[in-house]
Amino acid sequence: MRLTLRIWRQPDAEAPGAMRTYEVEDISPDMSFLEMLDTLNEALILQGEEPVAFDHDCREGICGACGMVINGQAHGPERTTACQLHMRHFADGDTIDVEPWRAAAFPVVRDLMVDRSAFDRIIEAGGYVTAPTGSAPEAHATPVPKPDADTAFAHAECIGCGACVAACPNGSAMLFTSAKVNHLGSLPQGAPERDTRVLDMVDQMDAEGFGGCTLAGECATACPKGIPLPSISAMNREFLRASRRR
Amino acid sequence: MADMQAYESFTTGAPLTDTKAPDGPIAERWDRRRFEAKLVNPANRRKRTVIVVGTGLAGGSAGATLAEQGYRVIQFCYQDSPRRAHSVAAQGGINAAKNYRNDGDSVHRLFYDTVKGGDFRARESNVHRLAEISTQIIDQCVAQGVPFAREYGGLLDTRSFGGVQVSRTFYARGQTGQQLLLGAYQALSRQIAAGRVEMHPRTEMLDLIVIDGYARGIVARDLLSGRIDSYFADAVVLATGGYGNVFYLSTNAKNSNATAVWRAHRRGAHFANPCFTQIHPTCIPRSGDHQSKLTLMSESLRNDGRIWVPRQAGDDRPPGRIPEDERDYYLERQYPSFGNLVPRDIASRAAKHVCDEGRGVGPGGQGVYLDFADAIARMGRAAVEERYGNLFEMYARITAEDPYTRPMRIYPAIHYTMGGLWVDYDLQTTVPGLFAIGEANFSDHGANRLGASALMQGLADGYFVLPATLGDYLARHPHQDVDPDHPAVHETVLAVTDRLYQLLSNSGDRTPDSFHRELGELLWDQCGMSRTEAGLHKALARIPQLREEFWERIRVPGSGEALNQSLEKANRIADHLELAELMCLDALHRTESCGGHFREESRTEDGEAARDDEKFSYVAAWEFTGTGRPPVLHKEALDFAYVHPTQRSYT
Repeated sequence: MRLTLRIWRQPDAEAPGAMRTYEVEDISPDMSFLEMLDTLNEALILQGEEPVAFDHDCREGICGACGMVINGQAHGPERTTACQLHMRHFADGDTIDVEPWRAAAFPVVRDLMVDRSAFDRIIEAGGYVTAPTGSAPEAHATPVPKPDADTAFAHAECIGCGACVAACPNGSAMLFTSAKVNHLGSLPQGAPERDTRVLDMVDQMDAEGFGGCTLAGECATACPKGIPLPSISAMNREFLRASRRR
Repeated sequence: MADMQAYESFTTGAPLTDTKAPDGPIAERWDRRRFEAKLVNPANRRKRTVIVVGTGLAGGSAGATLAEQGYRVIQFCYQDSPRRAHSVAAQGGINAAKNYRNDGDSVHRLFYDTVKGGDFRARESNVHRLAEISTQIIDQCVAQGVPFAREYGGLLDTRSFGGVQVSRTFYARGQTGQQLLLGAYQALSRQIAAGRVEMHPRTEMLDLIVIDGYARGIVARDLLSGRIDSYFADAVVLATGGYGNVFYLSTNAKNSNATAVWRAHRRGAHFANPCFTQIHPTCIPRSGDHQSKLTLMSESLRNDGRIWVPRQAGDDRPPGRIPEDERDYYLERQYPSFGNLVPRDIASRAAKHVCDEGRGVGPGGQGVYLDFADAIARMGRAAVEERYGNLFEMYARITAEDPYTRPMRIYPAIHYTMGGLWVDYDLQTTVPGLFAIGEANFSDHGANRLGASALMQGLADGYFVLPATLGDYLARHPHQDVDPDHPAVHETVLAVTDRLYQLLSNSGDRTPDSFHRELGELLWDQCGMSRTEAGLHKALARIPQLREEFWERIRVPGSGEALNQSLEKANRIADHLELAELMCLDALHRTESCGGHFREESRTEDGEAARDDEKFSYVAAWEFTGTGRPPVLHKEALDFAYVHPTQRSYT
């Protein structure tokens, strides 16, 4: 395949950026999107140009490091991460736009890389169960009904990639935050801190400059792990419940 | 050529003994060690600083636990968030001797299986401790809210895993590593918020600071600004994972690397059993030269999938058109009692063997079928989907083939490294004050790791072992501040900046990846699934040339004072080019076959690996003497008082 790529280049957080056009040839349909970018980067290095910077690591769709807006869609046309998107989903001769996540709370670091440390701070605000090492009771002491365990798992699958924020017209982090609130809130182990968790995490989310949720639903459509949209309304209920008890 | 021979003419130094391992009955040793370990007064702990490098299962759990105990922790990871460490990608599960199934499991059986599975090249004391702690890990993770798979009654589900006959593997669909890592990451996050862990993401350790023989800090590069800084502490813990990426194509994350352990080795930490690498039998075969990494399919698939190839070489009919009697279910045929569940090394070699016979399937004949047709007929598609749904989806996405209707194609790939920094029972390396935990050390898996044991070891080391033993070291080595102007600090910083400058200033014509690929191919061919004397000589002749070429022809664009991913890569490859040489030398010197190390010259009559306990029942710990210079071999004799070494048999 031969492709025209229009890629956002920005030297660092302060400098202005712009779209630049590159041509790539001999792209195999079996390549992942990142392997296609590797091919471009190898050529750029040999031309003495700096390669396109992008975050990536496991390339198996689970670490959540990679993320870019491809033709206007977070992670591109398939519901998966950029590393698991294959070039067979594009046609020979296509022009593809590649941009970083765009959100006020995710400043661009360079090219396609952004700073997602706001997500870490939301977890630090309460996305855990206080269970110091060594203090745990026998694992079977508290049975967990399978439906609750399954609900917890469905929310725990979040990989923290940030596609939800990038896809949201408001740059909201509601889906990310609600996934953790519902994961821990569905389990008996998470119950003692249920109220403080949701209140503190939502406070932190607001403090980081993420936008508000207008239930546009773009987040759940873009989510490579299928975190369901009702996760957000469930968190809203948790938040109300906790606020009333405060 | 002269250089190569010089490197091969290593000398043997004084034997190494593990002075920390208590004696007495094996089941009491860990209790005794913990009792004999000195404690640090809780009020004094906040005055003691510990550096932890890495935030995977081992590093994340260690950082969180040490901070909970009151120590001041400075922690590093190269990723943008501690949640992304490559433990996140482990799929299958975590072993624990809970015996919830009442199927005959026990601490002793897990101990026995691990020593045997490791082909009698691991320490009994360490493995027993691991088996004891395994049960506490499950308790700890459940308390953190790790959503393990459960039965309808609300209790935890388990499954059986490659190489064992009991059901002791706990799992969270095919994302066990992710869920365990998030548990550790959340515990760590709580400590970061409390101000007890100072977290440095996007910061890579590039060297170890050793002062008067003690590990006292690290030199690290801020990957965004390029800034080089020194960090000081009372002890340094490396939780930086394995070195599988030396092979270029592996199931490791793209940025996983050996720099931290290799730099520590150059500063005096012995490197143990570098040739013990694990090839995982169930990976998705490569699709072409563009391949940047390989993707593993959890070997839990082998519980229900049947592995086969056509009986006839060159049979290129589609799998559905090959009748039952023209298929060779070669694992079931050769190993009737374990069948498709034989340990990883055996399954991998058997796959290579049938492909070498020309019976492989898929592009280039580098694959075998893993067929679920029988499983779907037996338990229905829905049950298969419930168990393996996400793995099937992943396979379909990568290959564009539907594994529900067409058998998967799989092929072995480098997955895990049993070798690593030598550590004693306390997980301390040969540099006092430097500890290594998780995959970064060599200790518990011998020559072959059993499935679902890596997560167990990482968390055992981080949550339970290190926090107990590190306190003993700190209590015995009173606090003294490091003088930031100490000549050793300056020397280490200079060594780092010089090397980066050398990489940046070279106006060569080859990219970092081109060297990495070439090194990887060489190692895969000569030091991969099977090894020969001639092949290893060949690799040992080529590696120094390649290293020389690297420093002459490398091209790294950009500057050191900014984010520069090419520079990061090149700097890691420079270390791979040294480590690869030691791996080949270790493989050459160990003329026996054991576990993942298969020397073609050492085989039984029926072609299986032949161990040589007489000559090789030891850990090979190598001491660094200079780049390309012959290292010194120190042997730690292995003693088996509880599990008698036998030829492994899975037939």
